[in-house]
Amino acid sequence: MTAAAEGSQPLSLGRRQRTSLLQSEAAQGFALISPTFIYALVLLVVPILVVVAHSFWTQNYLTIDRTFTLENYRIAVTEPIYLDLLRRSLWISLLVSFFTVVLAYPIAFYISFHGGRHKGLWLFLITIPFWTSYLLRVMSWKVILGYNGVLNSGLMGLGIISEPSTALLYNTSAVVITLTHAWAAFAILPIFVSLEKIDRSLIEAATDLGDGPLRRFLRITLPLSVPGIVSAILIVMIPTVGDFVTPKLVGGKDGVMIANAIQAQFGKGANWPLGAALSVTTMLVVTAMAASTVLIIRSAARMAR
Amino acid sequence: MPERSQNDRTMIEISHVTRSYGAFKALDDASLVIREGEFFSLLGPSGCGKTTLLRMIAGFDNPTSGTIAVDGQPMAGIPANRRPTNMVFQSYAIFPHLNVEQNVAYGLRRLRLGAAEEKRRVEEALAQVSLTGLGKRGAHELSGGQRQRVALARALVMRPKVLLLDEPLSALDKKLREQMQVELRRLQQAVGITFILVTHDQYEALAMSDRIAVMFGGRIAQVASPKEIYQRPVNRQVADFLGGMNFVKAEIVEENGSSLVVDTLGFGRVKTEKPKAFVRNGGGATLGIRPERLRVLWDDASSKFEVAGRVIERHYFGEITHLIVEIPGLEKPLSVTETNDFGADDIPVGAPIRLAYDPDALVALAD
Repeated sequence: MTAAAEGSQPLSLGRRQRTSLLQSEAAQGFALISPTFIYALVLLVVPILVVVAHSFWTQNYLTIDRTFTLENYRIAVTEPIYLDLLRRSLWISLLVSFFTVVLAYPIAFYISFHGGRHKGLWLFLITIPFWTSYLLRVMSWKVILGYNGVLNSGLMGLGIISEPSTALLYNTSAVVITLTHAWAAFAILPIFVSLEKIDRSLIEAATDLGDGPLRRFLRITLPLSVPGIVSAILIVMIPTVGDFVTPKLVGGKDGVMIANAIQAQFGKGANWPLGAALSVTTMLVVTAMAASTVLIIRSAARMAR
Repeated sequence: MPERSQNDRTMIEISHVTRSYGAFKALDDASLVIREGEFFSLLGPSGCGKTTLLRMIAGFDNPTSGTIAVDGQPMAGIPANRRPTNMVFQSYAIFPHLNVEQNVAYGLRRLRLGAAEEKRRVEEALAQVSLTGLGKRGAHELSGGQRQRVALARALVMRPKVLLLDEPLSALDKKLREQMQVELRRLQQAVGITFILVTHDQYEALAMSDRIAVMFGGRIAQVASPKEIYQRPVNRQVADFLGGMNFVKAEIVEENGSSLVVDTLGFGRVKTEKPKAFVRNGGGATLGIRPERLRVLWDDASSKFEVAGRVIERHYFGEITHLIVEIPGLEKPLSVTETNDFGADDIPVGAPIRLAYDPDALVALAD
């Protein structure tokens, strides 16, 4: 009896301490995020550090010379081809984010303000294209935009053009069209959420104070949905700069983007450090572009009073 | 408070307005005339149609049938943004991305008054609601009371013909609410604009209004001054909604044009004024008497009109005590409120008690 009592005493104490530790809110929080955190650390932070490290090294045929150098960055920011590709990538992603938001906004607006009881159904319908793989969706744009594609046949059938146009596929606009379609849903959702959060009595108040539909949209709805627009732009802009499947499949020679060059350096070019330097440069430039876009939109919203 | 001179000019005329949602009638054949410069309240429990009526005056909803005219002008087909009315919303609806000044100037911006005139009017409106100096405050830096004042200033600055208030005080705590009642009434007297207040709070309506419309189930039950509504409710429902009321069963002995003579068990034979809407339903009627119109008779004091009974319950409310008194012959005990200056809070439960009343306080009620 005594022995058992002595034995159980420290055990129960230890258990009590452990529960109190787990009950602290901070500990619970860390416990909750730790799997994701470790995952992100191993698969995101470490690879980025590896890339950054490589960007300061030199490729020496099959081996890597690990002496610190900025030569790769010099090439990345002075070589015309890379500058050109970077500029084009940024332009394409800017266009894609612009068109995506412009096309997504009315859809989000409709669902939020006129969706009635069927909001859930509408949102569900929007996700349906995402049930097929991204690659298949890009390929289907090839079928639509191609020489013997749906669009060309249609236009010819209507007698608008007499022979198939080659201007539709394998250029920048093909990339923009494809990417805009691919990212639409990702832009609709944040805009929808920000529109849903707008208290409808604010819109009634604006009406009551004399504003018609257009004025109250510009003065109330639009400024209050800016957070949604900003996150939509960020969600679309950042990944599209680095996209390389779409330009490869529908971009042709005019649609090549920076990611295709980076991929080439890590692949056929066999110059990892240069590829790494291009990646880091791209990341920094995208960050700067995204930040300035956000600032411009926010100040534009402030002007709209 | 000085009485503002009131004229008899009609500001709002609501005639036979019905609003149906399928088979449900939110408002059923409502007719009402509201005078210029009047503080008018729509009072009733939730779902009685008062907010529906207010929103139809503002233009956010349209009558299924019937007409609404503001200042002689029919409102049918005129959208909310072109109506000479402004509204203070229940949630206040302060624009969160604008500061106080910009909120108040919101409706003026469209009128293109010029910067100086716009600023002058904003300052004036802020002064009216005692918010001078807070113009640069952000919408998120305001207390509940301040938000309410901004909403008020934003509507008043438009100089509407009619100001509509949708339960403007319901979100405030009791003390602030009572203070705002006085301020709102004073403000209305100062600007002379017709105010229409929607409320479910009877005391709010009684304290602030020139006239009150009491509504139940989409119908207007009674339109009268606060005093008349309280003292001469037309029916049991109105009497019950506005404060406490003791109901006593009575037998009609004699009925003529303006008066009614009834027999009751507790109060004997009583002659009362006949309410306008009184409809005789067999030989029975109901008499009502307010709990505060029954007075406790102490010691040897006596009254020409008194009833005797026994205290069965006592509830203490600080300044008053609420007694429940059983009277032989009455099917339900009477409820009595007595101020605590003579020790009503010390009357033991079970004690015999005598109550004095004024026969004028007994009102005949239509069922």
